[in-house]
Amino acid sequence: MPDIQILKERERQIHQKGSGNFAMACEQKSLAGAVSQRACVFCGSRVVLYPIADALHLVHGPVGCAAYTWDIRGSLSSGPQLHRLSFSTDLQEKDVIFGAEPKLYMALTELIDAYQPKAAFVYATCIVGLIGDDVEAVCKRVALEKGIPVLAVHSEGFKGTKKDGYQAACDAIGRLVGTRSTENISPFSINILGDFNLAGEIWMIKKYYAEMGIQVVATITGDGRVDDICRAHGAKLNVVQCSGSMTKLAEHMKEKYGIPYIKVSYFGLEDMADALYKVAQHFPDKNIQTRAEDIVRREVKEILPELKRYRTALTGKKAAIYVGGAFKAFSLVRALRLLGIKTVLAGSQTGNPKDYKQLKDLCDEGTIIIDDANPLELSKFVKEKDVDLLIGGVKERPIAYKLGLGFCDHNHERKEALAGFVGMKNFAQEVYSSIMSPVWKFAPRRGGEYVSRA
Amino acid sequence: MLLRHTPKEVKEREALTINPAKTCQPIGAMYAALGIHNCLPHSHGSQGCCAYHRSMLTRHYKEPVMATTSSFTEGSAVFGGQANLLAAVENIFALYKPDVIAVHTTCLSETIGDDVTQIVSKASEEGKVPAGKYIIHANTPSYIGSHVTGFGSMVKGMVKYFAKSTGAKKDQINIIPGWVEPSDMREIKRLVKEMNVQSIMFPDTSEIMDRPQTGKFDMYGTGGTTVDELRSTGDSKATLAMGHGASVPAGELLDAQCKVKLYELDVPIGLGATDRFIQTLGEVMNVAIPESIERERGRLVDILTDNEQYFYNKRVALFGDPDQLIPMCEFLVDIGMRPVYIVTGTPGKYFDERMAEVLKSIPEAKFRQGAQADMFLMHQWIKNEAVDLLIGNTWGKYIARDENIPLIRFGFPIMDRIGHSYFPNVGYMGAIRIVEKLMNAILDKRDREAPEEKFELTF
Repeated sequence: MPDIQILKERERQIHQKGSGNFAMACEQKSLAGAVSQRACVFCGSRVVLYPIADALHLVHGPVGCAAYTWDIRGSLSSGPQLHRLSFSTDLQEKDVIFGAEPKLYMALTELIDAYQPKAAFVYATCIVGLIGDDVEAVCKRVALEKGIPVLAVHSEGFKGTKKDGYQAACDAIGRLVGTRSTENISPFSINILGDFNLAGEIWMIKKYYAEMGIQVVATITGDGRVDDICRAHGAKLNVVQCSGSMTKLAEHMKEKYGIPYIKVSYFGLEDMADALYKVAQHFPDKNIQTRAEDIVRREVKEILPELKRYRTALTGKKAAIYVGGAFKAFSLVRALRLLGIKTVLAGSQTGNPKDYKQLKDLCDEGTIIIDDANPLELSKFVKEKDVDLLIGGVKERPIAYKLGLGFCDHNHERKEALAGFVGMKNFAQEVYSSIMSPVWKFAPRRGGEYVSRA
Repeated sequence: MLLRHTPKEVKEREALTINPAKTCQPIGAMYAALGIHNCLPHSHGSQGCCAYHRSMLTRHYKEPVMATTSSFTEGSAVFGGQANLLAAVENIFALYKPDVIAVHTTCLSETIGDDVTQIVSKASEEGKVPAGKYIIHANTPSYIGSHVTGFGSMVKGMVKYFAKSTGAKKDQINIIPGWVEPSDMREIKRLVKEMNVQSIMFPDTSEIMDRPQTGKFDMYGTGGTTVDELRSTGDSKATLAMGHGASVPAGELLDAQCKVKLYELDVPIGLGATDRFIQTLGEVMNVAIPESIERERGRLVDILTDNEQYFYNKRVALFGDPDQLIPMCEFLVDIGMRPVYIVTGTPGKYFDERMAEVLKSIPEAKFRQGAQADMFLMHQWIKNEAVDLLIGNTWGKYIARDENIPLIRFGFPIMDRIGHSYFPNVGYMGAIRIVEKLMNAILDKRDREAPEEKFELTF
C-alpha cells in the first residue's frame, strides 16, 4: 500500500508533541471531499435533547433525520419512555414546494393530544431552513393552544458543526429554565449538566451526591424531566460534564441567575474523586467534604486490587483515542495512564485551541494530537505507533478491527457504565478483555497469517 | 413496556410518521455505489447526512464504510454547492484515488437547485477528472421515495453513465440483484455459475461489505463491478432485474439505451421466486437446469414437507421493503403461514397490487404502504390481535419484547446481530436458512415457555 498522504490543508490540524511550535488549527468546517467522521448541527441538538424523557421530540424534515437518530444513543430513563419513539413530519415533495407549516401544526397537535407531554421540542432540519417555514410561529401558536412549552430548535444541518447544534439545544433548554417555582430546594443543591445517562451512569453519580447530602435539582439531560429543568435555576451550583455540549447553558445560567459552574469529569478514579471534592468545596459544610472523602476512600479501596491486576497485565500497551469532545480525551488519557497504558494518539471532532493545548500538555512526548481526523490518517498513525487499542465511536470500530486492534467504545454504543468508580473498573475490564483477547493472534498484523502457502 | 406509549386504538394520522418503516433516499444511493469497484460514494449536502449513512451502514455491516461529503455551509446553501462539489472532486481524486466518484444529492442540494449533471461536466472541462477516472451521479432528494428508490436511482445512474452498446451482443446476462446482502449477491452468482452462464452483476458488494481481516485498512476492498463490466452490460443478451424498486428502473433504462431485453423478477427469496429466477435464466440463456440445482431444490422441498406442522396457520407480521416483503410473504403463504400485517414506508401502488395477489388466500391480511404505514401502526394492529412471529429489522425488537413475540431479523438495518452478510436469504439454500430461523424462533419460545407437564424433548 502506498504511503498515505496528508492533504496540505490538513497539516495544521495534526501535531506531534515535541516537534516545533504548537499552533493547532481547529474549529473549522471539514474540507469538502474529506471522509470526515463528523456530523451536523441537527446531530448535536438531537443527542443533547433527546434524553429528556417526558418531552416530545418531533423532527421536522424528511424521514431520514428522524430514522437515523431513533434511539441510537441508549440514554436510559427511570420513568417515561417517550423519547424512545421516533416522530417525524416525514416531509414530501409537495410540502417542500408549498411549505410545511400546516403539516407541522397538525403533527404537533396530534402528538400533544395523544401523549400530553410536559414540553415539546421541534427540530428544524436543513430543508426547513430553506423552504422558509416559520417554525417559531407554529411553536408559539401550539404552545398557546395547548398550554405547554413548545420550543423550536434551530438545528438546520448546514448552519455550522455539531457544536452549533449543542448551542441550539442549550438555547432551547435555557428557555425552560426559570419557569417554575424553586420552593423546597436545599441550599446544598446542584444541577448535573452534560451527562446523558448512557448505561445508567447518571444514577450512579446521583447516588454519590445523595450520600454527600447534596440535592440534585435537575439532570440535564440524562434521565431528564421537563419540570426539573424548569426549576433548575434554584440550584446553587451547576456541575458540568462534557464541556463541549453544556458550557453554554452553564454560562447562560451564570449570567441570568448568578449560578456558578464548575467543569468536572466522572471518568477515571482521579477525575471522579476530583469531581466530588470540587462540589464539596463549593459548600460551606465540612460534613459534605468528609462524606465525599469517605465515598472516595471506600470506592477506591473496593476496586483498587482489581485495577492493580489489570495494570500489571496492561503496562506498556499503547492506545489511540479519537472521540467527539476533547474534554473526554483528557479523562481517557489519565485513566489509561492509571492502567499503565500510554496514549500515543489523541484526537477529537470538536476541540478548540484551549482544549488542544491542554491535551498536548497532558500527553507524553511524541504523542500525535489530531483534529477532525479521517480514517486514512487514523490508520496511518495507528500503524506507525504500533497501537494496541483504539478508543472511539461507531465509525471507528470496524476500522480498528480491520487493522487487528483492540477497541473500546466510549461513545453511544457503550454497553457498561464507564462513569463513576465502578465505571473505572468496567473500563479497565473492557480494555483488558479487548487487548488480551486471544483472537488477535490470528490477525495478520500480529503474524497470524498462513505459515506457508504451498 | 418500552412502547407503553403506543395505544391500542388506531386513529388515522394525517401529518405524522411514528417509528418509520423506511429511511431516506441517499443512504440507498450510498450502499448501491459501494458495489462498484474502487468507488467512493459522495454525499452532496451537509456533513450530517454522510455521517449518519456511514454510521448506519457500519452498524449493519460491521465494516468500514467510506464516503465523502460536500460539507455544505450557510454560504453554499445561499450560493449553491457547485464550488464545494468541484473542490471535493479535486480533493477526492488527489487523496483517495478512486476509479469512480458516485455523487448523490440530498434534500438540501436538491432544494437549492444544484444541477449536478452540469457541475460534473464542468469538473471534466476544468480537468479535475484524471484520465480513466469517472464521476457518476443520482438525484436522491430525501423527500421523495425512500432508501429503496435511492438505491434504484444510483443503479440507474450506473447504466446511464456507463452502459454502451457496441452492436456485438455477448453471450452474457446482466443481473441486478437489488438491495440485498453481500452474501445474497455471492449466492446468486454461485447459482448463475452453476447454470453455466456468464453474467455481470451490478452492483456487487461482496468482497466490499464482507471483507476479510487483512491487518490493513484499505479504502475499497477487492470486490465490486468494474467500469469495464458496467460498460459491457450494454452488450448483454438480457437483464434480470430483481425487485421493482431497486432494480427495475436500471433494467428499463438498459433496454431503452442499449436494447437489452428486460426480465422483471422478484428478489429470489423462497421457493417460488427462486424457481422463477432459475427458470427464466435457463430459458433466456438457453441452458438446462443442472441436476445439482434440482437437488438443492429437492432438499428445500424435503425440509418443508418434513416440518409443515410447525408453520401451519401461524400468524406473522412483517415490516420492511417491498422488494423483500413480496417474495417473503409469497414464501410464507406457500408453507402454510399467514402473513397478516405488512407495512412498508416505501410508497408505491405496485406493493398494493402484488400484495393483494400474494395474499388472496389470507382474507384477514392488512397491508399498507407510504408515509403513515409505519411500525407504530403495525404495533397497534398487533395489540388488537396478536401474531406468532414478527419479521423485520432491528427496530422490531421493542415490539417483540413488549408483546413477547419472537423476532426474526430480516431486512435493513440489522444493528444487533451478525450473519446477514455471510449467510444468504436468497436461492434454495437461503430458503432453507429462512425455514431454520422460522422454526428456531417458534420452538425456542415453546421450549422456554411450555409448562413442565407439556415440555417434551423432541417436540
